[in-house]
Amino acid sequence: MNITKAKYRLDLDGKTKIGIETTINGINMNVPLDPQNTEYIAIQEWAKIDDNTIEDAD
Amino acid sequence: MTKAAELAKMGEVLTNSQIGRKNIITNGAMQISQRSASATGVGATDNVYPSLDRYAVSLGATSAGRFTMSQSVVTDLNGFSNALKIDCTTADTSVAAGEALMIQHRIEGLSCQQIKASSTSTNAYTISFYAKSNASRAIVLESKHTEGTNQQISSLHTIGTSWARYTMTVPASSSTEIDNDNTTGITISFWIHAGTTYTGGTLNTTSLAATTQANRAAGIGSIFASTDNTLEITGLQLEVGSVATPFEHRSFGEELVLCQRYFRDLCSGINGSVLSLVTHYATTNAVGTFVLSPVMRTTPTAIAVSSASHFTTYSAGAARVCSAIATDSFAPNIARMTGIISSITAGYSGWIQPNTTSATMQITAEL
Repeated sequence: MNITKAKYRLDLDGKTKIGIETTINGINMNVPLDPQNTEYIAIQEWAKIDDNTIEDAD
Repeated sequence: MTKAAELAKMGEVLTNSQIGRKNIITNGAMQISQRSASATGVGATDNVYPSLDRYAVSLGATSAGRFTMSQSVVTDLNGFSNALKIDCTTADTSVAAGEALMIQHRIEGLSCQQIKASSTSTNAYTISFYAKSNASRAIVLESKHTEGTNQQISSLHTIGTSWARYTMTVPASSSTEIDNDNTTGITISFWIHAGTTYTGGTLNTTSLAATTQANRAAGIGSIFASTDNTLEITGLQLEVGSVATPFEHRSFGEELVLCQRYFRDLCSGINGSVLSLVTHYATTNAVGTFVLSPVMRTTPTAIAVSSASHFTTYSAGAARVCSAIATDSFAPNIARMTGIISSITAGYSGWIQPNTTSATMQITAEL
């Protein structure tokens, strides 16, 4: 998977992390914080590479 | 075959319960293509599901070759109307060692426990499929287990220009596991292009064994050798036992529901009708929920909708087109949509609906 963006996503309360906004293979997605989700696993692997970080939510 | 031999085979079929609900493969008859009936330019990106449900494209090093993957119409094979078709559109005759192209079907562990003999051994099972090509073409069918030590076995098949059935029996094995969970248990791969990293050894055809990369695809040709090249596959079946029995046909509805455990479009086919009831949580949004049935493999990823402008909310006597929309999921059986609209009174309720046949709202829990 080609991940080019990853940023935490907050719930409607503006505080609780509910997922990660990401771009994978050029497609925007909302990935849940589920360790068995394929895209979540890929993002965790991507984040281990130097210079890759999951950005904080706005 | 003598009558005695026929009876022995029939006995084996009955013993192995190879009658009724025997096919572990989902969408084996290639009837379901929720994403697209045809995808072009495939081959640049690893680990994608371009067209037919449950069939992934897996790459090694990327080739310059590209292909169209589609759901073809079959008119010359008794009992089948569709196939998975690979059509080379960009050739690549300079094959680097690490290149590989596989069409994969990944089976969830929960769905193949009947293959398990014990926690560290597996029963014999048989994979069968129908195929044809534009010309004689050597491909490898591989079965690969994710857990345990003995993980991989391959068989070489030369596909002809007319439909024929091909089979591979995987012997019972020890030091082989299939965990009873929602991760990948077995991956079935059709190898149709590879470099020497995967073809440089001797094909492992005898038993499940520890994976040696060079022994996985020895002897295959390359689909990318010419833009004339095509390959069609259908009738994929995996069943317990050492005998390939006739393909188990399931209804379109059954196959669709089985596929929706892994992928679905929440608004497919309901243009102009209610997609979800919504509540205005705040003055600029409309929030609705979806109960996911069937329950998905895991909490699904929500793919961005086709366009926010494809969705309209109706409340307080007015229609408002969304300026943004997002879907989130919180469990394998529940998802939530939040549409951003112009100012409305918080607490009002209404509904949201697609306003075009182009609207998509897709979620995926693929392996």
